Amino acid sequence: MTAFSPSSLNIVLTGVGGQGTILASSMVAEVGMALGYQVKKAEVHGMSQRGGSVVSQVRWGKEVFSPIIPPGEADVLVAFEKLEAVRALGYLRPEGAVFADPHEIPPITVSSGDDLYPDDDAIQAALAQKTSQVYWVPGVDLAEALGNAKAANVVLLGALSAWLGHAPERWLEVIRRRVPAKYLELNERAFWQGREWFTSSI
Amino acid sequence: MKRLLSGNEAVAHGAWEAGVRVAAGYPGTPSTEILESLAKFPHVYAEWAPNEKVALDVAIGAAYAGRRALATMKHVGLNVAADAFMYASMTGAEAGLVIVSADDPSMHSSQNEQDNRFFAKFARIPCLEPSDSQDAKDLTIAGFDISEQFDTPVLLRMTTRVCHTSTPVEVSADRRQVKPLIDRYPRNPAKYVMVPANARKRHPVIEHRLEDLARYAETFPWNRVEMRGTDLGIITAGVAYQYAREVFPDASILKLGMSYPLPQKLIREFAEKVERVIVLEELDPFLEDQIRLMGVKLWPEAVSYPHTKSIFPLIGELNPAIVREHAQQAGLLPQSQPEKAGEQPQATPVPAGLKLSGNGHTDLHLPARPPVLCPGCPHRGVFYILHKLKVPVNGDIGCYTLGVVPPLNAIHTTGCMGAGIGVAHGAAVAGDTERHVAVIGDSTFFHTGIPALLNVAYNRSNIITIILDNRTTAMTGHQPNPGSGQTLQGRETQEIEIEPLVRALGIDKVITIDAYEVEEIEKTLKRWVKEDGPAVLIAKHACALLPEERQRYVPLRVDPDVCNGCTICFRIGCPAILKSDQLDPKYHRPLAEIDPLQCTGCEICARVCPRDAITFRDQALQFWHEAGNS
Repeated sequence: MTAFSPSSLNIVLTGVGGQGTILASSMVAEVGMALGYQVKKAEVHGMSQRGGSVVSQVRWGKEVFSPIIPPGEADVLVAFEKLEAVRALGYLRPEGAVFADPHEIPPITVSSGDDLYPDDDAIQAALAQKTSQVYWVPGVDLAEALGNAKAANVVLLGALSAWLGHAPERWLEVIRRRVPAKYLELNERAFWQGREWFTSSI
Repeated sequence: MKRLLSGNEAVAHGAWEAGVRVAAGYPGTPSTEILESLAKFPHVYAEWAPNEKVALDVAIGAAYAGRRALATMKHVGLNVAADAFMYASMTGAEAGLVIVSADDPSMHSSQNEQDNRFFAKFARIPCLEPSDSQDAKDLTIAGFDISEQFDTPVLLRMTTRVCHTSTPVEVSADRRQVKPLIDRYPRNPAKYVMVPANARKRHPVIEHRLEDLARYAETFPWNRVEMRGTDLGIITAGVAYQYAREVFPDASILKLGMSYPLPQKLIREFAEKVERVIVLEELDPFLEDQIRLMGVKLWPEAVSYPHTKSIFPLIGELNPAIVREHAQQAGLLPQSQPEKAGEQPQATPVPAGLKLSGNGHTDLHLPARPPVLCPGCPHRGVFYILHKLKVPVNGDIGCYTLGVVPPLNAIHTTGCMGAGIGVAHGAAVAGDTERHVAVIGDSTFFHTGIPALLNVAYNRSNIITIILDNRTTAMTGHQPNPGSGQTLQGRETQEIEIEPLVRALGIDKVITIDAYEVEEIEKTLKRWVKEDGPAVLIAKHACALLPEERQRYVPLRVDPDVCNGCTICFRIGCPAILKSDQLDPKYHRPLAEIDPLQCTGCEICARVCPRDAITFRDQALQFWHEAGNS
């Protein structure tokens, strides 16, 4: 596997409040720093945390100015929930890479019966309009098999690290720094699961 | 050493390195993490005050006592603290005083959009504007130095994108000396007692100070000229500097670290070095208006009135796409960028046989995912009942503002912190014939609700006040408040009970009911609506997200043999209650089903279910136990 070392990388991470989107983006930002990039990470707190959509943006580059990634300029979209993958698609550049968990969390508008969750075909078609590089990483399933669905975010990061062709050490160092000791083993295993999933499905 | 810090963490680091002794604030997005971070540093006293005005008085008091002090708040917090802000400008202090205002362009978590740089001009004090985390740290330290050098409070104006963006920051483990700057508390009434005779003498002092500051601004190191091409010069400040660099890589830039008062000479010299000079700033034309007043020829020359901002929008936050678009409209950038368009590959065709409305993802309807009251939220039952009672409800600021969203639809006004009680009282004394209900949270009640309720007690209006007491400041991330029994720095303290406080204000009709006891709350409110005089219901239950509450979670379940799909439990708006695929055989309505991963076992749905189809905690526990899922 050869290391992919672009001069810059724009990464949008999205999910539902409570899925660990912000923590995952902090890890991605720290990995970028460890790789010698200048790094910026932007997010919005507050109202969005109460079960709403969460978007966090990480930029790696030689020189990074705007913390916000302009629409259509994200190289990578990491989505911890299927519907949110489509919602954030406007950030992605054509043929950018999508790492999405097929996990489904119905929003209140759907569970109350006022609206419908789009079907899988429509979601896949919407993504296919923008890019052919879509990786459906079963993060929640793999993490649940490890005993805790909360580690799904790190499964997706494992897959991302493999796609980038990075050696695992830099990522594992950051995971060790950011995850509480109690959950460290779980998260390390989740990371390896994500890597293995990626290499075995390519 | 470089560390990745948010702007808020960087302010905390800067304040600590600058030797701050006392810091006070009130939580408010996007400012909250400043004090939370600072509270963890050694040899710093940090506290949550009940509101921003008290917090600023506390910081002023510490600075009068010769210790460097910091006050933090969101933009609207400075409205609350404005009285203190204005007198602090008049008196100055004995040690550095920095006030952080975290503005929220685009109102990600706010009720209004305001540009607090005007507060600096209003009070004749300097305004510093960081554009990233390194700036935030450096300008915090510089702020303390300026404050002492010129005997003035300093406003550090942050915005959401600076507060919540993390960028690498050079941090130091060294800290300035923290010895008090004075030996004895000042006895200097001419400076510190603002009776009219003294205040009249102080006013010219602060106007002279402003002139000194304007001279200082000419050499202030964070007012920086970056010369590149001479076709275009951009005067900018705050996060807009980043957009200027990104969108106009060849332009020369005057980056203003101090946006009030302005360095007039520096601006003129910069304008003369370039062919065209524009201003790029977020929100109001604060710099632009001042620079035009100086007689500096900005591009474009003509502006309209009353909206004098020329090129970029004055509503909402900027981003590189918006800046580029408006620059193109103004003719500063070419309309199309062919080299970009050429790079874009053709979109992948839709595989045959897939249903897709219209022509691509933009047409795919996506159900909204609005923020909602969490599963188990103790506020839910109250709003369900208020919706049923069809009374006018005057709300307030907190998680419970979400009582406005469907299906609860139970709030009719929300203005600012503490407003609901006064607004309800106003309707009552105006003679509105409906019985008004004011709804306010515990933290907001402590913030500015108490004087409003005192007014209800004093002037005896006919309103019902419901205090939603969840023992924490939940919306901003569970900061402790006077009802929590704990301080910001983790000390145990007196837990303020609300019921005796309400009685002491002069309202005898007051009752505390567990917020999950919906039948009892409904009975009480139905009775009160028919009675006269002020009444207060305290709906008390700790926030379902607090650790001790999390340990009590028991997922409930719906008995599909009893449920007939009547939809009543859907009307409480709980995200854990889903429509199942199973239909009721008689009415063909979808049955209710509970997501065990989300349900906390608060029992509100079980209590409102007319058919007793939802298990209570005891039954649910037994069921899970028998299912081998202990």
